[in-house]
Amino acid sequence: MYLSDRPRPQAGNAGGARGPSQGTRRVGSTVVLMGLVSLLTDISSEAVSAVLPLYLTAVVGLSPLAYGVVDGLYHGVSALVRILGGWLSDRADRPKWVAFAGYGLSALTKLALLPAQGFAAVSAVITVDRLGKGIRTAPRDAIIAASAPEESLGRAFGVHRALDTLGAALGPLVAFGVLVLVPGDYAAVFVTSFAAALLGLALLGLVVPDVRPRRGRPVPDGARTTAPVRPPAPPSWRRLADPSMRRLVAAAGLLGLLTISDGFLYLSLQARDDLAAQYFPLLFVGTNLAYFALAVPLGRLADRLGRARVLVGGHLFLLGAYVVAGGAVPGLAGTLTCLVLLGAFYAATDGVLPALTSTLVPAPVRATGIATTQTVVAVARFASSLLFGALWVGLGRGPAVLAVAGALALVVPLAWWLLRDVRAAGTPREVAP
Amino acid sequence: MSARARLAAFAAVAVLVVVAVATYLLAARADRTAATDGAGSGRTAPAGVMPTGPRMLFRHMGTGADYGRLAAVPLDDPGGPRRLLADSCDRVHGTREHVLCVAPAEGVVPTWTAEVRSGSGEPVPLPLAGTPSRARLAPDGSYAATTTFVAGDSYAQGGFSTRTVVTRLRDGRSTDLEEFALVVDGDEVSPADRNYWGVTFAGDGDTFYVTVAFDRTTYLARGSLTSRRVETLRTDAECPSLSPDGTRVAYKKLGDRAPGDWRLAVLDLATGEETVLAERRGVDDQVEWLDDATVVYGLPGEGARAGEADVWAVPADGTGEPTLLVEQAWSPAVVR
Repeated sequence: MYLSDRPRPQAGNAGGARGPSQGTRRVGSTVVLMGLVSLLTDISSEAVSAVLPLYLTAVVGLSPLAYGVVDGLYHGVSALVRILGGWLSDRADRPKWVAFAGYGLSALTKLALLPAQGFAAVSAVITVDRLGKGIRTAPRDAIIAASAPEESLGRAFGVHRALDTLGAALGPLVAFGVLVLVPGDYAAVFVTSFAAALLGLALLGLVVPDVRPRRGRPVPDGARTTAPVRPPAPPSWRRLADPSMRRLVAAAGLLGLLTISDGFLYLSLQARDDLAAQYFPLLFVGTNLAYFALAVPLGRLADRLGRARVLVGGHLFLLGAYVVAGGAVPGLAGTLTCLVLLGAFYAATDGVLPALTSTLVPAPVRATGIATTQTVVAVARFASSLLFGALWVGLGRGPAVLAVAGALALVVPLAWWLLRDVRAAGTPREVAP
Repeated sequence: MSARARLAAFAAVAVLVVVAVATYLLAARADRTAATDGAGSGRTAPAGVMPTGPRMLFRHMGTGADYGRLAAVPLDDPGGPRRLLADSCDRVHGTREHVLCVAPAEGVVPTWTAEVRSGSGEPVPLPLAGTPSRARLAPDGSYAATTTFVAGDSYAQGGFSTRTVVTRLRDGRSTDLEEFALVVDGDEVSPADRNYWGVTFAGDGDTFYVTVAFDRTTYLARGSLTSRRVETLRTDAECPSLSPDGTRVAYKKLGDRAPGDWRLAVLDLATGEETVLAERRGVDDQVEWLDDATVVYGLPGEGARAGEADVWAVPADGTGEPTLLVEQAWSPAVVR
């Protein structure tokens, strides 16, 4: 791996110079470094997530209900501050240090779990952890977008998401490894988790270049003493209101409304399959494995075919997962198929959405743009959980899943139509062969 | 700083962090071993056979290598030396003949096993789906019940899903309580979001009490194993526990407090009168009756004793004060 001690040319130019024939070249070192930062951070957070239900119920003494509330906090908070993180990042033109603040906040919470006692304290600590995640997500994606040539953005995000997912898979293994070494010592898990977060933080702070998207290149140390750089144009939020951006937000929101949370799908699987019930904790590992394996191939496919096409088309994997979970394929085969389809859905959408957003909004407001589409999706999925909860109560498990599948089958062509201009514009110019 | 210097600085930080964590983990491991070799031996009898006579089984919570072991004390000297048994259990319940032990399975993935062992015959495995939370045996040892929570499944609604299974020990046949008919105010309903948890069995081999929740309301309910029916009795009563004489049910209730901050109460089944107990701290446990006048329950330790827990006792009629019954103990089960 070569590190970014050489100045990086402006992203767009670098891509042109490489040309499509070098499509198999590695992505930039900054992308890989950000992937490793995320890998370490995900080991840290997933190690804690994996033991948290155990810790809360067995040691702190919370019941399932209280755990559900904590879990809700865990996922709900971050979407709210995400736009704030993106805005700060664009405003200061310092995505690295805004991301650093977010990673740092989450790292500190791992230590704060040590003395945290009782429901209120644990809730507060987890809320702060999610605030950190919300702050760092958009600047992190802005760094990735600024560090890869435009025609291989899909692959760059794919590489990052693959490393990120690998960390998520390793986290629980690290946690249970520690518990095998020192049984029952949850403090040891938190300390180990803090150490992993600290490593990620050091890697980000010391090795990742200080990307300045508005200036187009990282600032070398000591540059401020030499000739002043041309002052960057201040971000203009109106540039976010571009029609194609608005259509992307609409399409992503519509699709998000029909994205049932994984937990509900896993519950549908376990409700009809005793094996899935027994191995419930493993279901998300299966999804992550598929995501890990498919993130780079589908990112590259998005670069070749057009990101809007893969983003919308990826929801067909989700449709497939619904049909399987709704009862079409019984038993172990059905469970495995559903997990692979879910992983493929994430691989085709999670990294492709920021890649597509990056091409639609200008660099000075890129982090805000990425935060906007991601938040719209998160809020839509939150609404979807409420809606689906009601459907589940009204129709029962299988019919509810199939009803959402039917709605999704109608919305996918609608989203395809909404993005007709974006599809054309987002298709790389050199896609000829 | 040049790129090379930054890389060197990162390498130095990485080595420091890894060495520090490795040292910490090895020290923690050594501490555990020392705790067992030293202080542990004074307060525990040698590992051995299950004591006979009226006793309390529980999970030993003293920090050290014996953390999590099944332990027993005689009921007439609950504060005295405990006898540690060979098994490790997260939750435990027992009758004179049987011990129900819920334990993490060997391996890296978090799965659990639950089985009922008795002096005679093979252990009966109980089905578990997810993280076990409650476990109970019928007084005559005819049935066992486990509650697991499958997942905090949605980030709307603070959702979670539990699965409560009753197993007949004679032949190992299991039934998910969600298959039973649910009756609310005389009408049979089948809300899809219903969850059951915390079974307690009566002595007649048929009646049981359980918590059922749907539409964001929790209910105390009475069920019948033979007619496969569950009927709600009242709201806001979780993890019931039937008194030995069968006249009262103790449970935790939330009232208007924040989620997770339950208080203990006792319901007189004949009169419907509810008495709030003298324990002012939040309790999250399925209580156990020490005798017809006293309930016992676990409370986690505070501050430096965060990983530990103690078993407390409080009068069941709302009078008196809570007293510490067994130190470093969790999941009490009284065997008369």
